Amino acid sequence: MELALQYEVQESIGRHAEEAYPDECCGFLFGEDGDIRRISHVRRATNTRTENRGRRFRIDPDEYRRAEKFAVDNDLDLLGIYHSHPDHPAEPSEHDRSVALPFFSYIIVSVQGGTTSEIRSWRLNGEETFDEETITFLSKQVYATKPISK
Amino acid sequence: MATIHIPTPLRKFTNQNRILETGKTTLSGAIEHLVEEHPGIKKNLLDDNGHIRSYIKIYVGDEEVDPLENGTLEIGEETEISIVPAIAGGTNNEY
Repeated sequence: MELALQYEVQESIGRHAEEAYPDECCGFLFGEDGDIRRISHVRRATNTRTENRGRRFRIDPDEYRRAEKFAVDNDLDLLGIYHSHPDHPAEPSEHDRSVALPFFSYIIVSVQGGTTSEIRSWRLNGEETFDEETITFLSKQVYATKPISK
Repeated sequence: MATIHIPTPLRKFTNQNRILETGKTTLSGAIEHLVEEHPGIKKNLLDDNGHIRSYIKIYVGDEEVDPLENGTLEIGEETEISIVPAIAGGTNNEY
């Protein structure tokens, strides 16, 4: 399992994680599925938890529905979710695993003291545990995005 | 025919189909039709008691409905049913 992250995607996720610190941030991943899963676009989501936002996140179902529509409208695949772990490693917790869905890539970004330190990605296997996905970071020149409709 | 919208993570169980059209006339009938048509979806949609899993939300049009209380809800040709996973997570330490 391999994930290719466009430069802007990596930058956008890191910026979101740092802005949200010490809370957890979250958002959606879009792109094109295949042997190499190419993530070309991200969309920020609101962490709707009202307490313990530094250790938990939740996305409103309505926002999820809008993300599905965004994918259809822009001829993209909704490929996964990203979220941050403030002052914790970029590894899925047991809680992450217990609420994870099949198919989705789960990018986790570790933010240490307010600065992004690591980005890793995980996907459920058939045994409902996580396997790590190899991430390739693409430069701006390597992979051009298609324009997004409004 | 009413339309059931399948969320992306569950489309691996529906041959990548985004929708299922159903001629059933109740919400529970529509869900049963989906599971009959695509049995692989059952594990991710229903719990051991046959109820919709707690992290799966059901919308009829733009309204979230409780499938336990609204199983007999009548649906018509124009009804749009959406299966929406609740997305959550976070680090282990809850304090």
